[in-house]
Amino acid sequence: MNALTFVAVALAGGVGAATRLLVDGVVRARVPASFPVGILLVNVSGSLVLGLLTGLAVGGLVAPEWQLILGGGLMGGYTTFSTASYETVRFIQDRRYRAALANGLGMLIASALAAVLGLGLGLQF
Amino acid sequence: MRHVRGCDTRVSSLAIELPHTVDPVVGGVNAVPWDDVSVSPPAAPRPVRPVHLTWGYLGLVAAGGSVGTALRALLTIAIPPLGHVPVATVGINLLGAFLLGALLESLVRRGPDVGRRRAMRLLLGTGVLGGFTTYSALATDTVLLLARDTLGVALLYALGTVVVGAVATWAGIALAADLHRRRDARVGNGADA
Repeated sequence: MNALTFVAVALAGGVGAATRLLVDGVVRARVPASFPVGILLVNVSGSLVLGLLTGLAVGGLVAPEWQLILGGGLMGGYTTFSTASYETVRFIQDRRYRAALANGLGMLIASALAAVLGLGLGLQF
Repeated sequence: MRHVRGCDTRVSSLAIELPHTVDPVVGGVNAVPWDDVSVSPPAAPRPVRPVHLTWGYLGLVAAGGSVGTALRALLTIAIPPLGHVPVATVGINLLGAFLLGALLESLVRRGPDVGRRRAMRLLLGTGVLGGFTTYSALATDTVLLLARDTLGVALLYALGTVVVGAVATWAGIALAADLHRRRDARVGNGADA
């Protein structure tokens, strides 16, 4: 990775992180739930897009630098593991075991399925 | 372990009533400072802009997210995959989970989520650690491992990250809580010292 690509990856990660704050805030304002649906939506949609980019890259439709910038940078900064893990532990501490399982295992399965869908779509082209 | 003592009872009571509507990391709709929630509302409440619609906060998260993403990129380059398993991503997510647990516990024990504490949470938590860790790579690499490797390896990678990640988060919270208790005991105002 050259210096320019590296800077672009970092900046894209910043845009992704700010987008996460925005999406989570908007979801939270509309869906008053005791479950973090905002971060779930962020991680599932980000996995879908990364899967799509990866599939498109296989067919040569996305250049390797753009795969790094949009995949590793933008989607990497947009999605997050640490917050999801923190919420899961909070649920366990509050003895909300079903919510913990949904947030831990459910998010993993949903995100993996979204990545499969994205990959499948991307490989069509 | 969760609930703070002494002068922070407002935070505790809010946390009991709304355990997950107020996100500790991203703020969300509850833009009213926690101070203002427990007291009776003033006759004409001052409209407060939500965190996610405030340019300054978005800028803090973007700046932190760039730093976190740059660190993740450097580690990903430096640490090659083991077979097909992206061990760099595993380490990044576990370390980030541990640090976020420690950061948020430390902040919540220092006081309500306002002013400098909120700025620190957004810059370091939502920004740096949010950008450092990644879920899209976890999901996509799990699928790629399923395709290229064995089911066992894919499951070990995915479930291992989630389960050990939760343990790491818990360890971060416990460490910060312990450090805070020691500090209180030293200062001499530790209620349970």
